[in-house]
Amino acid sequence: MIEHYIAAASSSAGSIDFLIELIFWVVIVFWFVVTEAVFIGLILRFRKKDGVPAQYITGELRSEKRWIVALSALVLLCDLGIMFFDGPVWYDVKQNLPEPQQTVRIVAQQWAWSFVQPGPDGRLDTDDDIKTVDELHVQLDTVYHFKLVSRDVLHSFSVPAFRLKQDAIPGRVITGWFKPTKTGAFDIQCVEICGVGHGLMPGRIIIETPEQHAAWMAGHSTQSIALASTTPLARE
Amino acid sequence: MATHPAEAGAGHDAHAHHAEQSFFQKYVFSTDHKMIAMQYLFTGMAMAVVGGFFSYVFRMQMAYPGADVPFWGIVTPAAYNTLVTNHGAIMIFWVAMPVLIAAFGNYLIPLMLGCDDMVFPRLNRLSYQIFLLSALVLFSSFFVKGGGFGGAWTMYPPLSAKAEFSLTPGGSTIFVVAVALEFVAFLMGGINFVTTTMNARAPGMKMYDIPMVVWMIVIASILFMASVGPLIAGAVMLVFDQTLGTAFFDPNRGGDPILWQHLFWFFGHPEVYVVLLPAVGIVADIITVFSRKKLFAYKTVLYTAIATGVLSFTVWAHHQFIAGIDPRMANVFTVTTLLISVPIAEMMFVYIATLYGGSITLATPMLWALGFIGTFLVGGVTGIFLGASGSDIYLHDTYFVLAHFHYTFYPIAIVGTFAGFTYWFPKMFGKMMNETLGKIHFWITIVAFNGIFMPLFVTGILGDNRRIPDHRIYPELNTPMLNGLREFATIALVIMLLAQALFFYNLITSLLWGKKAGKNPWKANTLEWTADSPPPHGNWKELPQVYRGPYEYSVPGRKEDYWPQNLPN
Repeated sequence: MIEHYIAAASSSAGSIDFLIELIFWVVIVFWFVVTEAVFIGLILRFRKKDGVPAQYITGELRSEKRWIVALSALVLLCDLGIMFFDGPVWYDVKQNLPEPQQTVRIVAQQWAWSFVQPGPDGRLDTDDDIKTVDELHVQLDTVYHFKLVSRDVLHSFSVPAFRLKQDAIPGRVITGWFKPTKTGAFDIQCVEICGVGHGLMPGRIIIETPEQHAAWMAGHSTQSIALASTTPLARE
Repeated sequence: MATHPAEAGAGHDAHAHHAEQSFFQKYVFSTDHKMIAMQYLFTGMAMAVVGGFFSYVFRMQMAYPGADVPFWGIVTPAAYNTLVTNHGAIMIFWVAMPVLIAAFGNYLIPLMLGCDDMVFPRLNRLSYQIFLLSALVLFSSFFVKGGGFGGAWTMYPPLSAKAEFSLTPGGSTIFVVAVALEFVAFLMGGINFVTTTMNARAPGMKMYDIPMVVWMIVIASILFMASVGPLIAGAVMLVFDQTLGTAFFDPNRGGDPILWQHLFWFFGHPEVYVVLLPAVGIVADIITVFSRKKLFAYKTVLYTAIATGVLSFTVWAHHQFIAGIDPRMANVFTVTTLLISVPIAEMMFVYIATLYGGSITLATPMLWALGFIGTFLVGGVTGIFLGASGSDIYLHDTYFVLAHFHYTFYPIAIVGTFAGFTYWFPKMFGKMMNETLGKIHFWITIVAFNGIFMPLFVTGILGDNRRIPDHRIYPELNTPMLNGLREFATIALVIMLLAQALFFYNLITSLLWGKKAGKNPWKANTLEWTADSPPPHGNWKELPQVYRGPYEYSVPGRKEDYWPQNLPN
């Protein structure tokens, strides 16, 4: 349903969409519609009629209360069901990081994204690192770890097409992962207010086939963009 | 058991006689709970107009980016940030709290408990004065060098802590000070509400005879007082970071910005229930009167409110799932967050059950009260998407969140307030409001409100993120569908705001020419309806005695379908 309107381009997008749709069916289609229907039905059914007095119901009798108790138990049951499906999704996206095939450092600052990825030697923090600004090139079907850091204030790295979001915190390195599953270019947003230029931090993530990615690497390995960095990065 | 403050004497002699008062005594330095309530009410309404205007300006920018907004001009990114920040802060701290807790609490607690005033009338007076000061301090922040604070009402450091990041050296500090002052005012109010309810009830009024709205305001006050301490400490630390160069939240010198988020949300989530509970209390009192029904399971409502309040202290980190807290903690907070849906759902079921078998009249206050239930349900169910950590990864900080909490706060602060205001208006001013105008105002407001926020659920699910002044630079957000939905929401907002003119017109004409309200126009049971309309200073010549609970409507075997609490059988 969601995929129809916004691309699902990472390996976790499907499970997050599934969770959202599951909750939609349980709480909107079932609970919300039924509750509103009963609510509006009661208002219409018990409008004031001359000569018909209201009933005196205290709601303190067990026979009257059991409706409320039963419904509340059903709410609890639905909650437990949602927790049951939610736990694994969270675990897979945020807790259990698969072994990386590539690692990229994401640096957030007022008001730009910069990305550092290993050059031909496959290691980060060597002279051949490829540095880009506001544009992250990644390879299809590859497990990436990202090391998210901030130079100044809080930012949040969000790729809606990946259903991925993680705040960047100065002083910390936060590791997360993603695996792109669809080629194309998608938005990167900063979703934590970070000052006057908060709205001016659009980035793009470009997902390439292995051949395209190799060609891009070859074109960039010699001309890495030097980042003007005066503030020291957080230590890993 | 109950001691009347007038009888208690000490410190209260000055107005125990309730003599003629000068202008200053009556309007400026009044210690009368009703006058203080009016001051809170009208200050809150004025702030709502300001907050509403801010939302108009930034919604216009959303729908027509870069356009020259009438009555404002071009919305710069800095102005946009300041507007959204202050819209949030004003609506919660300077509208919802003063109106729902302070105005209704002050007005209703002594009248519904059958006493002549709060137990600490001077503290009450000081509370309003500090509140007014806090509002003035907030306004002053717009006029200092650099302009008002624009780092969101949550004030996350390091952005809020350092001028080099926020570019608002004065505004940031003044904003934090204003919020802290507002908390001080409400601490004083809260002490009064709890103490008065525990000590100054009319003779014969037992714990389960207290009207639900009073209970709810008392529980809300306790929640507020128990949760605000850490945040006041945090505010002091933040001001020190800003002005004295301390490093509580500065990671480069050993501080931790996440600490602020814990302090803020440890208060911030109970705060939702602090403003929710008075509104559900108001609704309980109104639906019983206009369906002529006893409240279904009074004790259950009370216990679910207490359960919700207790649980609300254990859910705060659901605001921080993706903020960099240990991911294992998210599992714990998902469990507590989803569990809180049980008592709240139970409360809603009880309200709906109260309608069963009733004799329902759709007067204006009843429309608002039912409107509260109908729309708050949307806010309730959409919370599940955000409480579940997995779906929150995607929906966090999108317009889905924004629509969700507006579907809680709008029913609370706007719909709940109109319910209470239209219901107690005859008591407050001795006049009836115009019902036809009231109903038209209700329908336009409630339909337009849904027109604002329903589309924003959709934009949020499609990845539209909050606090972006201009979406045109994001290809995925600049689609005809999203732009259309944003424009729709803005048009609905403008209609909703314009409709409020009807309310103010109705208010003024009713005050001037409204039909005279008797003591008890709605045929209600609670004690405030036994006083004159409006009640004089001191409320009653002879304080009432209580014989029964507040919701004895349609008792079989009685000629009248109501049974006032003070009638001796």
